[in-house]
Amino acid sequence: MTKRTESTDVVADAADTERPSRRRWLREHSELGVSALLLVLGVLVLTDAITMDVDLTQRGPVGPRTVPIVVGAGLLVIAALLAVDVLRGGRGEAEAGEDVDLSEPADWRTVLLLAGVFLGAAVLIEPLGFPVAGALLFWGAAFALGSRRFDRDPLIAAVLSVVAYAVFNNLLGVPLPGGPLMGVL
Amino acid sequence: MDALNSLLDGFGTALTPVNLLWAALGVLLGTAIGVLPGIGPAMAVALLLPVTYGLQPTGAFIMFAGIYYGAMFGGSTTSILLNTPGESAAVVAAMEGNPMAKAGRGAQALAAAAIGHFAGGMIGTTLLVALAPTVADLAVDIGAPDYFAIMVLAFIAVTSVLGSSRIRGLASLLIGLTLGLVGLDQMTGQQRLTFGSLHLADGIDVVIVAVGLFAIGEALWVAAHLRRTSGEAIPVGRPWLDGGDVKRTWKPWLRGPFIGFPFGAIPAGGAEIPTFLSYVTEKRLSKHRDEFGKGAIEGVAGPEAAASASAAGTLVSMLTLGLPTTAVAAVMLAAFQQYGIQPGPLLFEREPELVWGLIASLFVGMVLLLALNLPLAPLWAKLLRIPRPYLYAGILFFAAVGAYAVGGEAIDLVILLIIGLIGFGMRRYGLPVLPAVIGVILGPNAEQQLRRALQISDGSVTGLVNTPFSVTVYVIVALLLAWPLLRKPVAAAVRKRGQTPS
Repeated sequence: MTKRTESTDVVADAADTERPSRRRWLREHSELGVSALLLVLGVLVLTDAITMDVDLTQRGPVGPRTVPIVVGAGLLVIAALLAVDVLRGGRGEAEAGEDVDLSEPADWRTVLLLAGVFLGAAVLIEPLGFPVAGALLFWGAAFALGSRRFDRDPLIAAVLSVVAYAVFNNLLGVPLPGGPLMGVL
Repeated sequence: MDALNSLLDGFGTALTPVNLLWAALGVLLGTAIGVLPGIGPAMAVALLLPVTYGLQPTGAFIMFAGIYYGAMFGGSTTSILLNTPGESAAVVAAMEGNPMAKAGRGAQALAAAAIGHFAGGMIGTTLLVALAPTVADLAVDIGAPDYFAIMVLAFIAVTSVLGSSRIRGLASLLIGLTLGLVGLDQMTGQQRLTFGSLHLADGIDVVIVAVGLFAIGEALWVAAHLRRTSGEAIPVGRPWLDGGDVKRTWKPWLRGPFIGFPFGAIPAGGAEIPTFLSYVTEKRLSKHRDEFGKGAIEGVAGPEAAASASAAGTLVSMLTLGLPTTAVAAVMLAAFQQYGIQPGPLLFEREPELVWGLIASLFVGMVLLLALNLPLAPLWAKLLRIPRPYLYAGILFFAAVGAYAVGGEAIDLVILLIIGLIGFGMRRYGLPVLPAVIGVILGPNAEQQLRRALQISDGSVTGLVNTPFSVTVYVIVALLLAWPLLRKPVAAAVRKRGQTPS
């Protein structure tokens, strides 16, 4: 009995030390995910090219399949080369920038919030019109990025959105949906 | 003096009130964008692509060129006062300009940079006037195989000259080519990668790809790593130079452009290499070599002149061959496509008003920029105080406007976000964005030229290399590809020769 618990303890210990090291390995080699995505993309492009039915539509020696097949095959080769490079210790350098601080871990909350706000605007632009949806987009994005001036932020958002609407819709002739608000004004 | 006459006609176009307005708007926007962190000229032009739906091409390109040049001017302001280069072209300016500003000579550094940009832009644009029609004349007979060769050159150069990893550059290019495949095949109408979606059958618009990769990708990437404490700009007075400074700077101003211009014309990464080369040259030639690193004015003047001249060189390749050598040129090429205009040797014949109006407006823009930047530099520096949440929220906002303007469909915003997330991932894992953009813009065109060339030769591959022009281009491509293999032996041979003299 005692021996057994001991052994399971040992196993558990081993798992404990193994898991973080495996997780660390995965984190250090997360770029393999890029390789996997390229692989999937390559398979997708190749499948699409091969299942394409070209018979009479094909004109000339190079049909609509040739380039996709070359691109798809290229994606597979690059996926493999990238995987080899990463396993050998090669790393893509994260892009630096003036406002970019790479010493801190990535702030995923902000990114997800921004993506959510953007999707929200995409959904709202047709029912509410551009001035309202655009203002919500600006305010929401500024909020997600940490601005908490509830007096100033919505005002700036509203002015920017209405001005942009007027410039694009009336001045430049790029039609944007006015929505119910512009119907009232 | 055919070119001179055309140029005079161009001034007639550029000096109309409306076009002057677009030039002024372009240089104002460009300067602001150059000063502002996080937003570069490529992103700015991408965000402004929707104006091509409502604006005459001449006005639009005058504005885009103003943005390109203006961003060069503005970029050096941030470099000097904040030590954070607004553009990659301005990295070198920070090396000498910022120490100068710290030592209380910020005004002189700004003046040396602004006049350097003016000199570079003027000399570069003059070279453009002299060279572009000749190149266009020489290239006027080029056909499908030649166009295909140029595009192959663009693909290879953008993946193997730029960036630190060829594999990652190629991965990016292939992603771009894949995005370019989506939609109906232009020659047979065959659906490709549409998965039965009617929306995708129209293809993914270049505007959406450019805005997604440049604007949304960048905004999300910065949001994930937003620096919470931003540096303080060094306060500075009105830029001026005294006699001693002018004595030290006039030669660098004149030398810089001749380093910058040729590098802009070839696909070698725009202004980064020539600004650095100019810096090294000035350091070697300077009588004040000990001051370098501590604020030598020559190290600001030369590289800045080189930077602006490289922008003119970029325009030579783009206008005469349709070959984009920088991200801005790539996005401007997308704008040409929006108008259904094919840049290339025939552009000078078919659209003389557009081309020469654009070139003349560069001279006008230079004068405007000098007038704006010399007295107003301290004012521009105030732009740095804009709260970051507003800046990046604004980028997302205008990206949404641009994508929606493409087709008036909300689904485009979703596609934009997806491409933006791809751009985010690319930045995280060091995949350069430019090859993808070039792939989307040139890919479909390259495929058409390839198929046309092979149709003419009836499927024989020799149809791709049957002109002297295309052979020359492929030799350059081969040299680019072989360079990493050749570099070591060449360097070793050079070293050997150096070690065993006499």
